[in-house]
Amino acid sequence: MQPTNRSSRILLPVRLWFIYLSLLVALGLEYIPSGRFPGVPDWVALVLAFWCIREPLRIGVGAGFIFGLLLDIGLGAAMGQHALAYVVLAWLANGVARRVLWFSPLQQALHVLPILLVAQLLMVLVRLVAGAEFPGWTYFLSSFTGLLLWLPLTFLLLLPQYQPVDRDDNRPI
Amino acid sequence: MSLVGHQPPPIFRRGLAPVARLLVFVAICLAMLVADLRFRYLEVLRNGLSVVTYPLQMAAATPADFVRNASRYFGTLIEVQLDNAELRRQQLGSGERLLRFELLEQENAELRGLLGMAQRLEVKSIAAEILYDAPDPFARKVILDRGAQQGVEAGLAVVDPSGVIGQVTRVHPVQSEVTLLTDRNQAIPVQVVRNGLRGVLFGAGRGRLEMRFVLPDSDIQAGDRLVTSGLDGVFVPGLPVATVSAVDHDSDSFARIDCEPLAGVERSVQVLVVGRAAYPPPPPEHWAGRGR
Repeated sequence: MQPTNRSSRILLPVRLWFIYLSLLVALGLEYIPSGRFPGVPDWVALVLAFWCIREPLRIGVGAGFIFGLLLDIGLGAAMGQHALAYVVLAWLANGVARRVLWFSPLQQALHVLPILLVAQLLMVLVRLVAGAEFPGWTYFLSSFTGLLLWLPLTFLLLLPQYQPVDRDDNRPI
Repeated sequence: MSLVGHQPPPIFRRGLAPVARLLVFVAICLAMLVADLRFRYLEVLRNGLSVVTYPLQMAAATPADFVRNASRYFGTLIEVQLDNAELRRQQLGSGERLLRFELLEQENAELRGLLGMAQRLEVKSIAAEILYDAPDPFARKVILDRGAQQGVEAGLAVVDPSGVIGQVTRVHPVQSEVTLLTDRNQAIPVQVVRNGLRGVLFGAGRGRLEMRFVLPDSDIQAGDRLVTSGLDGVFVPGLPVATVSAVDHDSDSFARIDCEPLAGVERSVQVLVVGRAAYPPPPPEHWAGRGR
């Protein structure tokens, strides 16, 4: 199972409702109150980055904006804070999509890390300009948790596309 | 664009260029940020869209509720007994003080009546429990388990047994959001108990408070107790807030006054939401337009 462009495996086409469902589940996970525990991954950013890389023609800055806004409302953050970060994240992920998919999942994760960090940095800058308190360097830990989660997440989100329609031993691929 | 005016075939048509699309959305986001953080215009939009996120939030809070209730259920008997003894002791002390307080309140009302002064305002209070820290890591906020349905309103003070911990800033149907005193965007008008000197207390981050805009030659010293002045028309006057921990009279334009909160601002769990039952009369007409 190597979900890269190099592998010979052919995936089923993704269903649009599954993309949005996974984003909604990520939104729900984000709403779970975790207190000030450091290193809780930013689920929406992760799933969004994943789909922006996998499906750059379908998921992009628009989805980033909408889900960022829903997160801003649910978390009581400044309106537009997550939206701005996710719009930039989606654009960057769309931009590197063609390149990243040629790498192995582990190397893909290394490509995603700076994108997640840029999104977090944007949020910190926005809030610091607005006069908030710097939350400490542990705030950026969540991007690194995201890095660790990239591999299991890739497997989980591609699972519906792995199922073969019918098995044919004579088929070349 | 071809010269004869043909449109490109539909498979190549993908709307705006990526950079243009990015810039459009970034512009919208920046406009929203300014409108929200600077002018607070977007509360209506926030309330409207929270209808969509609210069910999801409730569902997500269920596991946290479960963990909290389970840990309370399995609390040991000895803990409860110790707690109970401590509470009985406190109850005895406060009961005696309450008796005297009632007498004094009555006396105060009579004296005020004799002098023809306005009566002290009625106070309403709602007991509540802090559920968890608000998820926004940039602010010092907590979520209470009482909301609009129980009569909580934005602007009410939140106190624990030893003093003010914060102010209700946003109200949901069954929950409300409290901004703690130590948040950098939170201010509370206070008064020194010893001599009645008024000032405004701001959060300074990292669990500290700072009294600003007090002239360097003012009579204030370390150890002074600060209580709410009630001049804002929002807070109930006389609630204990903080003690002065250090004063630097030598700074350029204003004295630098560090304070420590009296209440367990970032620790308490059981709190009381306190507010005026009726609002004071509006300020005179000619005050309008001179700032908030």
